Amino acid sequence: MKISIVDYGAGNLPSVERALGKLGADTQLATAPEHIEAAKAIVLPGVGHFSAFVNGLRERNLDRPLRAAFDAGVPILGICLGLQAMFAASEEAPGEPGLGFLQGEVRALPSNVKSPHIGWNQLRRMRSSELLRDVPDDAYFYFAHSFAAPAETAPTVAACDHGMPFAAVVEQRNLLAVQFHPEKSGEVGAQVLRNFVEALG
Amino acid sequence: MTLARRIIPCLDVDAGRVVKGVEFEGLRDMGDPAELAARYNREGADELVFLDISATNEGRATFLETIRRVAQQLNIPLTAGGGIRTMEQGRAVLRAGADKVTVNTAAIQRPDLISELAQQFGAQAVVLSIDVKRNGKGWEAYTRGGRDATGIDAEQWAREAVRRGAGEILLTSIDRDGTCTGFDCELTATIARAVSVPVIASGGASTFQDFLDVFQDGRADAALAASIFHQETHSIASLKQFLAERGIPVRLSK
Repeated sequence: MKISIVDYGAGNLPSVERALGKLGADTQLATAPEHIEAAKAIVLPGVGHFSAFVNGLRERNLDRPLRAAFDAGVPILGICLGLQAMFAASEEAPGEPGLGFLQGEVRALPSNVKSPHIGWNQLRRMRSSELLRDVPDDAYFYFAHSFAAPAETAPTVAACDHGMPFAAVVEQRNLLAVQFHPEKSGEVGAQVLRNFVEALG
Repeated sequence: MTLARRIIPCLDVDAGRVVKGVEFEGLRDMGDPAELAARYNREGADELVFLDISATNEGRATFLETIRRVAQQLNIPLTAGGGIRTMEQGRAVLRAGADKVTVNTAAIQRPDLISELAQQFGAQAVVLSIDVKRNGKGWEAYTRGGRDATGIDAEQWAREAVRRGAGEILLTSIDRDGTCTGFDCELTATIARAVSVPVIASGGASTFQDFLDVFQDGRADAALAASIFHQETHSIASLKQFLAERGIPVRLSK
């Protein structure tokens, strides 16, 4: 069985695909429900607008299989907008429901800091983390986003601060997600992806 | 825990080769884009910018292939542009593997280009490049690689571009570009104060002190340079070490 990388129509998938491929992972792009139904694990990458993302999933009939996989305990890794889409809603698209795997709402970064939050930032560890195994505490990761999930409302294992404390790494049972781009975060980013792949066995 | 200031090498590409303008001599070949990209990636660059300066259609067609080859080498972000006029051209650059697209002349001629790109790909994928010359009263935006004056105030243009969805400003001082007299800190600070998005300073970098100045006095979020890195006179690692010792937050690669 393969790791399915969800293709909702606008993501920058080749870099995620390449990064996983370098680790020896067997991946496929999921453009239809059967690609998700037969997956060993699912990667949900995303850039751009929240509503384009969730609408893209719905138009391709990928939202229900994703829900079924989540309920069945299939490991799911969300990246950037993929993390945000796991929540019930986002301030970026009021009235547009997210996947709702996690409680709470994604919010705009405060106006007293530069937004988008673009560049390399460090994490504040809050709980032990599967994804951050063997990652140095002071490691920098590459972020590029204007919205984020407030750290206190999410199952946050590591937070980052940019105007507010927000969830940088989220882990809850089969749900794993990062607000940064591991595929763009050099060696430490590769380690995060390796931790995900190796936990699949 | 602070957002690190970024060091960004810029590579000008002409028909598939990295080139550098040399006074009185024209363009000098600096090497293979993918090889240079891999080297900068290894040395701790935080991001790379590739600009297409090809004068011919054949050269421009090669650019997408160059982006594809470069993206294979990288596990850091890649920005690409040069002559982007339409959303479809922007999409092609992103599809080829760039994370962000930079626009300049076409955005001044048709500001809707910024809005279209931001709506389609998100603000974080749109970098507005502004080439600026100091005039009597203030700062003026220029187009076509610094050749044409526009009469447009750079600060106002930066504000409008951000309103339209530009996620970063790549700010080049034409007065300083190629002079090795340091970044224009006054210009950089003016624009950095005017907009809510990160500002990348460019033009004039020569010494480590120039980078320190543009981060401290220029309030820059990132600093971009080309030739001083290509020539290997300055390694990115030693520049970052210099900045870290002086209290600038930078990502030191291990």
